[in-house]
Amino acid sequence: MRLAQHMAIASDRVRAVAIEATEFPELSRAYQVMAVPKIVMNDRVSFEGALPEAQFLEAVVRAASGNGGP
Amino acid sequence: MGILAAKDQEAIRKEFARLTGPVKLVVFSQELVAGELCRQNEQLMKEVAELSEHLTVEVLNPAIDRERAEAYGVSDVPVTVVEGVRDHGIRFLGIPSGYEFSNLIDSIIAVSRGEVALTEATKASLATLPGDVEIKVFSTPT
Repeated sequence: MRLAQHMAIASDRVRAVAIEATEFPELSRAYQVMAVPKIVMNDRVSFEGALPEAQFLEAVVRAASGNGGP
Repeated sequence: MGILAAKDQEAIRKEFARLTGPVKLVVFSQELVAGELCRQNEQLMKEVAELSEHLTVEVLNPAIDRERAEAYGVSDVPVTVVEGVRDHGIRFLGIPSGYEFSNLIDSIIAVSRGEVALTEATKASLATLPGDVEIKVFSTPT
């Protein structure tokens, strides 16, 4: 979440939403959260586990460009 | 009885010595929807805010303060917005605990100082994003 938050501060185009999965079970089910942390970007790019900054950024750029895929 | 232990308060107070600008924690609560969770979240945010003169808390009810909730894009409770001079889009859905609590404290410091721990390459790339991105991070208390 730290990377997401810092990116949100750095860019007006980025929002960072931290969700306690157990307190929002319907949301967790809707996004098929099986393991945490699970990251979902623009509802189309998603992955589980922490990524290094460069790869996290790649996912953000992919989401911003409208390209899906893992 | 408080949520934060005295030693945690002291540790956070030291971290907050680095705060330079105002930060507002906008807390959305709705007793009828999730009373206990909302009460705990409100209390936690108020205890955190008491640890620095730079912090304030505003509590809103999305069913009553509808325009504000809509402006923040908030429809659930409990939700906390970490807002500096402007809204950066940082939201916490649920009570931040464990690792997420550390992230709450970190985000308050980063928003207050306007400083981010990102490489220059990342900042440059973010400056040219072709569209908006909402990053959802699901976690569980640890």
